[in-house]
Amino acid sequence: MTVETVADAAGGAPPEPELVQLLTPEGQRVANDHYDALIADITGDDVRGMYRDLVLARRVDSEAVALQRQGELGLWASLLGQEAAQVGSARALRQQDHVFPTYREHGVALCCGVDPLRLLALFRGVDQGLWDPNETRFHLYTIVVGAQTLHATGYAMGVQRDGAIGTGDPDRDAAVIAYFGDGASSQGDVNESFIWASVTNAPVVFFCQNNQWAISEPLERQTRVPLYRRAGGFGFPGVRVDGNDVLACLAVTREALQRARDGEGPTLVEAFTYRMGAHTTTDDPTRYRLNADLEHWKLKDPIERVRAYMIRGDLADQAFLDEVEAESEQLAVHLRAACRELPDPTPTSIFDHVYVEPTPDLVAQRDAMTAYLDSFAEEVAR
Amino acid sequence: MTTTDSTQALAADRAATSRTSASSAQKSASANLNVIKAINAGLRRSMENDVKVLVMGEDVGKLGGVFRVTDGLQKDFGEDRVIDTPLAESGIVGTAIGLALRGYRPVCEIQFDGFVMPAFDQIVSQVAKMHFRSGGRLRLPIVIRIPYGGSIGAVEHHSESPEAYFAHTPGLKVVTCSNPVDAYWMIQQAIELDDPVVFFEPKRRYYEKADVDLDGSPDLPLESARVVVPGTDATVATYGPMVKTCLDAASAAAEDGRSLEVIDLRTLSPLDLTSVYDSVRRTGRLVMVHEAQRTLGIGAEVAARVTEECFYSLEAPVQRVTGYDTPYPPARVEEEYLPDLDRVLDAVDRTFGF
Ligand SMILES: Cc1ncc(C[n+]2csc(CCOP(=O)(O)OP(=O)(O)O)c2C)c(N)n1
Ligand SMILES: [Mg+2]
Repeated sequence: MTVETVADAAGGAPPEPELVQLLTPEGQRVANDHYDALIADITGDDVRGMYRDLVLARRVDSEAVALQRQGELGLWASLLGQEAAQVGSARALRQQDHVFPTYREHGVALCCGVDPLRLLALFRGVDQGLWDPNETRFHLYTIVVGAQTLHATGYAMGVQRDGAIGTGDPDRDAAVIAYFGDGASSQGDVNESFIWASVTNAPVVFFCQNNQWAISEPLERQTRVPLYRRAGGFGFPGVRVDGNDVLACLAVTREALQRARDGEGPTLVEAFTYRMGAHTTTDDPTRYRLNADLEHWKLKDPIERVRAYMIRGDLADQAFLDEVEAESEQLAVHLRAACRELPDPTPTSIFDHVYVEPTPDLVAQRDAMTAYLDSFAEEVAR
Repeated sequence: MTTTDSTQALAADRAATSRTSASSAQKSASANLNVIKAINAGLRRSMENDVKVLVMGEDVGKLGGVFRVTDGLQKDFGEDRVIDTPLAESGIVGTAIGLALRGYRPVCEIQFDGFVMPAFDQIVSQVAKMHFRSGGRLRLPIVIRIPYGGSIGAVEHHSESPEAYFAHTPGLKVVTCSNPVDAYWMIQQAIELDDPVVFFEPKRRYYEKADVDLDGSPDLPLESARVVVPGTDATVATYGPMVKTCLDAASAAAEDGRSLEVIDLRTLSPLDLTSVYDSVRRTGRLVMVHEAQRTLGIGAEVAARVTEECFYSLEAPVQRVTGYDTPYPPARVEEEYLPDLDRVLDAVDRTFGF
């Protein structure tokens, strides 16, 4: 079956490779004229920085899983295996770009400067996302699968109306990126967002982490064509990238974001990766998938290949690796303690922020709750 | 790898942990089942009795649903009858409509209460109206199963009680079970009905157990309420997850010498309030309890009707114990939001203050 992308149909562009890869699982750099040019400025420092991001993201994740096991979190959605897709794409962002995540984008959050403790607070059930989306440009986690892709598109339409694209000013032109999963690609909202972005030529990048599972359902339950090819039908380019290759994810996302900032419209990036963990801490993947697949994907680990690449290219020594290890351990120790100390919300806090100003009805209900709770305090006092 | 290969391999993978299936439980006339297993057994029986019955939803196949309500059904009835659907609720319900028009009886699973909203349009504008639109020519025997309610420590959208939206929509029947016995029979009755049914399952009571007589017959029609505990001093009407809470409250009240009559409404549309009217005419007091938000909830309708029907019997205004009029709050504060035994008893006390 052949499904043409717009680029193909237009004739000029070379046929896209099946999977953009710049680092093999063994850490070997693959030459690719087109994408190499997009990361030509990346220094050893930058690579080490991304390695650090990857390690910290994984450490936050494993600590959160442990905290959930200990009863400190209600739930956790692990990003294990998806670190490169998240860090690579997030490091392609500029200060003025905006991110609309799902519930699994912990690595992106970290790169955007969101305090990981805030992620723990959400999964602990203390709040529903109290980081500042305006300051971090990382919008709130969206649990209803796919909904955020429309929000991202609308935000991008706003950017467009503000004249913040196509000026050529690298500090002004802005793009929006929407994260979503392979399962989400089936939702009406996601398909509508493709249409809106296409028709409005909105500066938005659709970043699909195809981890090949939507809870227990394999990719085949959602699609008959590789997901990146869906873009062609909607009228914009799609590209598939090795989601476990941080350099390739960086390069591909940079290109897509720049197209958006230049006013050339949306791109669909399919980061081909694998969900190494359970769907969430309540899931039991042994019911529906084989260990053999997991073992196969372990060989493609997104962090190991960067480490191998750095060592091979003399970009890092043992001291650096130890330093990152120590930093991640420190972060884990901090989170472990800080999570337990997160204060529970007060009962009457549920009435805050239902509306900008509380309604008379809600004030009455809050007062009734206060009086009711006070009656227990009086009983105890008596 | 083909699906069959992987199914076999998985079966081998899991051989050691294989469990007794509901069908083996069915061989004995009575089984001690929790709500999950009871619905599973009910689904199984409906599927055995009628080849047109289909199960469809996200993760309902190999996984057996995130709560395992459909556990083992795909293995026994095949992938044509137990369908792991694409991740799209509007699609689940929309295609169920087409299947129903073609003579099938789809049972749709919505994974969690909060995720029925993408299907809301199909349910409210299409499922509910097709029979009316067609002048009675078309019927949509669709069941939409929705695990609902809170107190499970979950993240947003996993603890909601959206039943009033559906009960507000003419053309839909809305029912909810509160225990394994009702779960077993009501799901079968819902599937047999030619009207569409939204079937709410109280997920926090999923693990409550009871002996279920699998071969008997239901003691009540689907669309009738049940007096669970008779009493003489005040009436407590409720449904779904709050039935147990109210029964506990009745036990506590009994220790204080107060006799509460607890009524499980079971059907929210149509409402069956005859037993509530009878009860209120005797007790003069009604407390209505549900998890859902207060304003325009089921309790509001019950209060209005009881006021219309039993005005001269009432000794006190109908009291409502409900969730507050806020979005469902974060888990660490949900127990303050949800009605509990103390709040029910507090409301009962209030009815004696008039
Ligand atoms: C509208 C909606 N339906 C169902 C769910 C329950 N649910 C949560 S995650 C998930 C699977 C998502 O799969 P995918 O989009 O591939 O993302 P992944 O979890 O793999 O990152 C489902 C069905 C939901 N959150 N929202
Ligand atoms: Mg997925």
